[in-house]
Amino acid sequence: MLTPTTLDQLALRQNAEVVSIDWTAISENDGRRLRALGVDEGVAVEKLYKGMFGLSDPIALKVGRMTIAVRKSHAEAISVQPVSVTNQA
Amino acid sequence: MSEAVPLIVLAGNPNSGKSALFNALTGARQKIANYPGVTVERKSGHFSLAGGKQAELVDLPGSYSLDPTSPDEEVTRGVIMGIQEGERTPDAIVIVLDAANLDNHLRFALEVIALGQPVVVALNMMDLAERDGLTLDPTRLEAALGVPVVPTVAVRRRGLEHLTAVLESQLRKKPNPVKPVIEEDWEHGLRKRAKQIANQAIIAETAGRRWSERTDRLFMHPFAGPLILFAILFIMFQAVFAWSEAPIGWIESGSDWVAGAVETNMAPGFIRDFIIEGAIAGVGSVVVFLPQILILFLFILLLEASGYMTRAAFIMDRLMASVGLSGRSFIPLLSSFACAIPGIMATRSISDPRDRLTTILVAPLMTCAARLPVYAIIIGAFIPPTTVGPGIGLQGLVLFGLYIFGIVGAMIVALVLRSTVTKGPNSGFLMEMPKYQLPNMRDILIGLWQRAWIFLRRAGTIIFAATVVLWLLLTFPKVPEDSAMSQVDYSAAGRITNVIAPIVKPIGFDRDIALALIPAMAAREVAVAALATTYAIDAPDEEAEAKSLTERLQSRWSLPTALAFLAWFVFAPQCISTIAVTRRETNGWKWPTFMLVYLFALAYVAAGITYWSAVALGL
Repeated sequence: MLTPTTLDQLALRQNAEVVSIDWTAISENDGRRLRALGVDEGVAVEKLYKGMFGLSDPIALKVGRMTIAVRKSHAEAISVQPVSVTNQA
Repeated sequence: MSEAVPLIVLAGNPNSGKSALFNALTGARQKIANYPGVTVERKSGHFSLAGGKQAELVDLPGSYSLDPTSPDEEVTRGVIMGIQEGERTPDAIVIVLDAANLDNHLRFALEVIALGQPVVVALNMMDLAERDGLTLDPTRLEAALGVPVVPTVAVRRRGLEHLTAVLESQLRKKPNPVKPVIEEDWEHGLRKRAKQIANQAIIAETAGRRWSERTDRLFMHPFAGPLILFAILFIMFQAVFAWSEAPIGWIESGSDWVAGAVETNMAPGFIRDFIIEGAIAGVGSVVVFLPQILILFLFILLLEASGYMTRAAFIMDRLMASVGLSGRSFIPLLSSFACAIPGIMATRSISDPRDRLTTILVAPLMTCAARLPVYAIIIGAFIPPTTVGPGIGLQGLVLFGLYIFGIVGAMIVALVLRSTVTKGPNSGFLMEMPKYQLPNMRDILIGLWQRAWIFLRRAGTIIFAATVVLWLLLTFPKVPEDSAMSQVDYSAAGRITNVIAPIVKPIGFDRDIALALIPAMAAREVAVAALATTYAIDAPDEEAEAKSLTERLQSRWSLPTALAFLAWFVFAPQCISTIAVTRRETNGWKWPTFMLVYLFALAYVAAGITYWSAVALGL
């Protein structure tokens, strides 16, 4: 079993499941938007890209069939469990 | 009003292809206005239902939820609930869904369907879903949702007839409003149901080509990505200047021709002077920017429609975050290189109010097209056309430097504003990145037409009014015949100059420059025309008058003055339309006043430092 981590630390191209989200670290509005974009506890995600020149901010994420952008500060509040499957499709 | 045509609204998540469906149904005849009291756009048009009956269609702002997180979503919610000021209660709602993104988009659909109003679901972008390897069954979705579902491909105009036929039958039904029940853990339940229904609707799913993801591997590459972005921007700015030369020439000769026609066909006098010098020259001097603005917007619309623009915002986000903004500010600031007005209007897409205000306040620092005539004449007159390196001319370098000066200035100002007047927690950058798709030329042309129309209407009203006022200031009061003073000195503008001249004297500006700065309040490029007029009037004889403005500037201005003049225009908010649009977008005079004061202060300081440094260096 792979070690649990937070989304900002997750390796690129790595699939993971969202274990928990520290909603107190995210503003209420951003939290609602995050859920509206499909990020919530129990959801499968894949980390796709990072900012330019390898900077760790922002982060592009695959959630379901959608690609979304999040900031590192949000990613730090999202705990994930890496899973070793490639793509479920 | 109740006997009026039925009102149908389009609702859906952002990136569901709602606007494409709106364009496909209504065509180019659209009305764009604001909802009262808010800067949320109301886009409406008309279309024929299957039976030939007319209906009004309103494109609601994209929403993720009926639980609003932005002014846009609040309006969408208000309209759907029938409580929005400035909108009647809709007779039917078309929910637009991205077929390739059902589990996400169905949440909003379920919320709307739960309200019990007549609803039709447009299962849009079926082609992209197929490209992704998804096979969907609309009838299964229909059964699960309990409302009619019509598959569409709005950009290719597919499924529209079917949609209008179903709408027609839905309109005959009576609405059956139900009070939405807010259950415990309602958000969670909604997500689960959305996922369930999506799974039911999907018949087969193959790996597909995942075209978007492959494209992203290149465009979002940590090194190739930014390089591609800068290459695109480079081509864009080249095109803005290279392609616009010919059409600008046509507009100039067109307005000269009109002025000439008026001159020969009208009796000399006040009215004729007013039409030629005030109306035609004033409006003409602004309309010449139309080609550049349209070319810039052609690029921006293409980049937006293809799905690349959010990638550009993603790439730029880190850089913008360092001054307290986000990638969302990138597009408005980019537009401001053509003209700050469309740029400021584009800030509506920024959901964070402090981010948006900061972006509006720094947008005038981007070097807009109106500064180019000013920069061009001063650089041409004072900077020698020497080369400073292989293929690098000194003149081009100075022009480039002025662009950089503006950008750096904007970044510093943004940083300062974000820690003072627009202080607050750093906003997030939460954005959906839509799939890539081939833009539809018809949608692009409709977008261009709307931009052109907004710009021309502005030129015809605000700019026209400002030009008229300035012309009147320069023309009245009339100088008495026996006075030794010139008309310019005697006029109201001349008297205002007497007040301004001592203020700008320390930064190297003489009285003629002070005078030129007054009409330049309407638009920066008017400064050039104003200088030409002043020097022409002052010319002692015809020979001197024939000298070009360049020569006259060279003989009258010192190099420090010229450099200070350039530095002044990097900052000076000399554009009445920018002030007007800022007032409209911020709903009051507070921020435009702030903008005027801080930019004039910066302009004064920048010009002063430039002047005194240049003098000290013995230039």
